[in-house]
Amino acid sequence: MADEVILLDFWPSPFGMRIRIALAEKGIKYEYKDEDLKNKSPLLLQMNPVHKQIPVLVHNGKPIAESLIAVQYIDEVWNDKSPLLPSDSYGRAHARFWADYVDKKIHEVGLKLWRTNKGEEQEAGKKEFIEVLKLLEQELGDKPYFGGDKLGYVDIAFIPFYTWFKAYETFGNLNIEKECPKILSWAKRCIKIESVSKSLPDQDKVYDFIVEMRKNLGIE
Amino acid sequence: MAANQEEVKLLGSVNSPFVCRVQIALKLKGIEYKFVEENLAIKSDELLKYNPVYKKVPVLVHNDKPISESLVILEYIDETWKQNPILPSDPYQRTLARFWSKFIDDKIVAASVKVIHTVNDVKERAKNVEESIEALRILENELKDKFFGGEEIGFVDIAAVFIAFWIPLIQDITGLQFFTAEKFPKLHKWSQEFLNHPIVKENIPPRDTLFAYFKAHYDSLIASK
Repeated sequence: MADEVILLDFWPSPFGMRIRIALAEKGIKYEYKDEDLKNKSPLLLQMNPVHKQIPVLVHNGKPIAESLIAVQYIDEVWNDKSPLLPSDSYGRAHARFWADYVDKKIHEVGLKLWRTNKGEEQEAGKKEFIEVLKLLEQELGDKPYFGGDKLGYVDIAFIPFYTWFKAYETFGNLNIEKECPKILSWAKRCIKIESVSKSLPDQDKVYDFIVEMRKNLGIE
Repeated sequence: MAANQEEVKLLGSVNSPFVCRVQIALKLKGIEYKFVEENLAIKSDELLKYNPVYKKVPVLVHNDKPISESLVILEYIDETWKQNPILPSDPYQRTLARFWSKFIDDKIVAASVKVIHTVNDVKERAKNVEESIEALRILENELKDKFFGGEEIGFVDIAAVFIAFWIPLIQDITGLQFFTAEKFPKLHKWSQEFLNHPIVKENIPPRDTLFAYFKAHYDSLIASK
């Protein structure tokens, strides 16, 4: 019986991108559905009644919401190739900790950079954002990827935010390459990987989208 | 795995619901460990060394390797010590367990804790009470068996210890009744079953000391207005 895999997503969502990368890494064929978030489909509301948000992975009719939970599900079900998490329990705990850190810090702090035009808030956000990136840089160390020699769970959790860097830099008035060069070189290494490059939209497109969003939110 | 070759240490605080989760899991599996009570006002060198990122408890230290964040620790415990599993073996069921535990943390714990901290802001407090009620309602509808884990307690039940023990405490301290038996009959019945479970009963902190600790904290918030 062939698997039926559907991804309910929204193209600029870093959370959706995580699942796209995981599916691509495993070579899983799936149907991609881009949602209109102002007019959510009955399928989305049925598949994620609790949060009514994308992304939602639907596997043979069963929904999985929350991007990192979906990535773990993909790794556990399609366990015959390209492991995304390490096999030892300490390595897995370490990966889960750092992916959770990315979840807690990058998006939330990033909001302070683009979702406001209040100088004070942006300045505080900028300082915090750089601290977060520096900590991640430290965690990366000399490894080519957070996962070691290959793309892993933490890389997948974090790389989608690279598509938002132009927006963070422009609105937050920061230069990520200057502050955290290792993060930039890591990101460029990741996007050379096919499963990543074909899952991520262009940075300029994402930037234009955020400019539009700011207009709609009434932020200059 | 030879227990005598292992060193398991838990850096914690007896007042913390997150530490309580880890204690329940360790005891369920019969794992011997050393509990180190941390003074969170004066963080120990050990805590700073083992959790430099958040400087918080709980931290599980297994053979000198630290793991932080309670739900990450629970998964580690389950994967390392296979007896009395707390997560299901089926990947989809595991996904549901992870989803509901995250929901408890993101929606229920977050809003209820804010109910305490917004004592001086009527509007914010009302908003957090509303959010807590809404999230509890969703969880109430989700509960189908005796426990979230089925016939036996599991990952979600352990994560939900906050609801069973700490939310009634928040109600007593603030005088706000938002988790009532009338509104949440299933969750209330679950609470009683859960708190009566032999392992859970032994590992929840004494109510009086917990009440005194949080009441003092609450009173100081009011006084700081």
